[in-house]
Amino acid sequence: MRELRLLIAQNYGPLLALAVFVLMFAIYVGNHAAGLTVPVVTTAANKGVLLALVAMAQTLPILTGGLDLSVGMVFVLANCVASAVVVGSPLQAALGIVLVLGIGALAGLINGCIVVYGRLQPIITTLATGAVYYGIALWIRPSPGGDVQEDIADFMTYTVFEVVPTSLVLLLLVVLLVWLPFRRSVLGRGCYAAGSAEGAAYMSGVRIGHSKLAAYTLASFLAALSGLMLTFVTYSGEASAPIGNTYTLNSIASVVIGGTSLYGGAGGAIGSIFGAFVLRTIDDLLFVFDLEPLWQPLFQGVILLAAVSLGAARVLRIRNRLELFR
Amino acid sequence: MSDGPAAAPFWEMRGVSKHYGGVRALQKVDFSCERGTIHAVLGENGAGKSTLIKIIAGVVQPSEGEMFLEGRRVAFSSPVAANNAGIVCIFQELSLMPDLSVADNICITDPPRRFGLIDRRRQNEIARELLARIGCADVHLMERVRNLSLSRRQMVEIAKALGRNPKLLILDEATSALTAADVEKVYETLARLRADGLSILYISHRMHEIEALADVCSVFRNGQHIETFAKGTKNDGEVVELMIGREYRHVFPAKPVRDRTPAPMLEVDNLSWGDVLHDISLSVGRGEIVGLGGLDGQGQRELLLALFGVLRGVGGRVRVNGRPVRITSPQKAKSAGLDMALIPEDRKGEGLMLPMSVSDNISMASIGQLTRGIVVDRDAEERRVEEIVRRLAIKVGDLGDAAATLSGGNQQKVVIAKWLMTNARIVLLNDPTRGIDVGTKQEMYQLLRALADAGTAILFYTTDYDELIGCCDRVAILYGGRIVRELEGAALNEHDVVASSLNLPVEVERRTMGTSPS
Repeated sequence: MRELRLLIAQNYGPLLALAVFVLMFAIYVGNHAAGLTVPVVTTAANKGVLLALVAMAQTLPILTGGLDLSVGMVFVLANCVASAVVVGSPLQAALGIVLVLGIGALAGLINGCIVVYGRLQPIITTLATGAVYYGIALWIRPSPGGDVQEDIADFMTYTVFEVVPTSLVLLLLVVLLVWLPFRRSVLGRGCYAAGSAEGAAYMSGVRIGHSKLAAYTLASFLAALSGLMLTFVTYSGEASAPIGNTYTLNSIASVVIGGTSLYGGAGGAIGSIFGAFVLRTIDDLLFVFDLEPLWQPLFQGVILLAAVSLGAARVLRIRNRLELFR
Repeated sequence: MSDGPAAAPFWEMRGVSKHYGGVRALQKVDFSCERGTIHAVLGENGAGKSTLIKIIAGVVQPSEGEMFLEGRRVAFSSPVAANNAGIVCIFQELSLMPDLSVADNICITDPPRRFGLIDRRRQNEIARELLARIGCADVHLMERVRNLSLSRRQMVEIAKALGRNPKLLILDEATSALTAADVEKVYETLARLRADGLSILYISHRMHEIEALADVCSVFRNGQHIETFAKGTKNDGEVVELMIGREYRHVFPAKPVRDRTPAPMLEVDNLSWGDVLHDISLSVGRGEIVGLGGLDGQGQRELLLALFGVLRGVGGRVRVNGRPVRITSPQKAKSAGLDMALIPEDRKGEGLMLPMSVSDNISMASIGQLTRGIVVDRDAEERRVEEIVRRLAIKVGDLGDAAATLSGGNQQKVVIAKWLMTNARIVLLNDPTRGIDVGTKQEMYQLLRALADAGTAILFYTTDYDELIGCCDRVAILYGGRIVRELEGAALNEHDVVASSLNLPVEVERRTMGTSPS
């Protein structure tokens, strides 16, 4: 009983995000002309998974008490690289996929090294490296275009057994094979420890540096995976700064809506997935209610404010006002 | 222990010193402790106890000297290295991660693994077993440490330390946050660990705890190891005698002789805050310097913060010039009518904006009085700042230099200058002379007395007993968040200050003194 209460209390954020998403999605399909059909769900899933992966990526640096402003640019870079190398025979394309994901991991490793060994602030570091990664993307693909191996693209953006969207299966696999093992590893534990109280973690002999390196590397790897998915959806590559920046900012918003603390130490990537789904569904709701897409930023802002306010309730309990500034 | 005289001590230090810049925190210390004993370390503030245990625990490295564990020479480059050798320290500042669960925290250093991943079931077993060992089976393993009471957190900290299989366990004021029930459990645990052959170093300011627990006591003073003796061979008076007796290093301005008590300016009745401050009543008169004494961390800092409106939920009444007031923020505290100022302890965090210029820092608190219309009157500001810089003899190249470029003593002068500019009538000081050179300290004493003579009421918390005795007209000693004694006149001497700080009865103390040759 107490176990259950603690479980709910400690997963309040993700559960709330899930509930809000289910409610919003129910309203969406309820008002959709086609109703709850496989194509409707698949389209929503393909759009949602793109942001969900970037939001998962963002979660990791935030858990360590940092931030990664380059996830959107790595996402765009991966898209451009994929549009050039994931082509040809299925085997060639598979090698191309490995290359794209490898480039993503490398970008993250660079971020991590600068933050850990260079001791620079994560925000400014990733702002700078993000610009560099965007520059490379622009160099690879000065104007929109390129191609992608169509068999793989079609498989990834349609359904498995004509019921479940492949993109959702991919997301589930990422959760099961990447996130959950990471969370249960010593490296993952170190990320939470560093974000919660870095000094205490150091005094306890936690290898903070290794954990942070892993967090930034894995973050860019996931962002690159999302960029790859984008290529499968659009069949092309585009070095678009607005797309990159939108994904970066929406990823931070998703993390917060999903109940992860921006101070670090508490939360998780599963909440961020639901946070991303909530943000994406706003679009769809505007569509079925025939509202101008112009309303989208306003609704996103309101939902974000509500999520942040819930997280800030703690401030009311502080009895030494000096602690407000720490 | 019944080890033969030839056997090497379990832990031994020879000629260990530690310097911080020019400050000698520890001088040529020889110290040893044995298996199966609880060894208490005693000394007043700044005696070198913390430096000693930091060196043993590998947090800082000694400037010179040698250390031996079981006869083998050792040198620890980090806390982890000391841990691996079996030395585990429970520090005053908790080393727990508030967002992680109890079980996660207990096993953080070396979690049990299966197939490379953390084995949660095994981790829970370990944590449950450790908590049961210290009588805290009721702490839920999944609860976040953030949501535990301070006492329970400290117990988790102890469980975590035991999980590292210590051979030498160091407790630094580990019981100060515990409830009475938890203290009992710690006593039982420590007694059991002693029976298991552990060596335990115990730092505490509570004489009755040392009475109850320790087998051996070592007294430190001025960074030196004074004496080690078996418990029960000395009475409290003799222990206090060992702890004091340092030479006077400062010259203080003469105190005024009063024929009647000055009119009270700041009166505090039954002030309390959470479980940190209890029923504090005191008054500070016009032109009076009242000292706050006692061991570090007995609520002195919180009392000053409460008076300055920083704390929420403070109980009791405060009157200024006989008028009841409610101070809800520092802004209110410094407003006209109250005219209070607080010189904080943490110069760099709460006293100064380090990157801003000296001039900006000095005018920060009184900028509202220096305006013409809505803009700051730069000429008036410059005049006032120059005047006060001259008055306090602040050594500064250019008033536009960043405050960060000044020495510690001059930085502290800038903080004081800032509050003098507000023409404060009630000045609260939170250990303002810590880490400041002797010359500046002298100037500070002169300044405080001059302010008092001009009619300012001063409440002065300091960890330096000399300053309490030399600078203050009266001293209130805090212990466990209560004022346990007020000392004045002849009673304001080193003996009574130290004895009161340890919450020992002063009368008994005097009698012991009378019997010893002086």
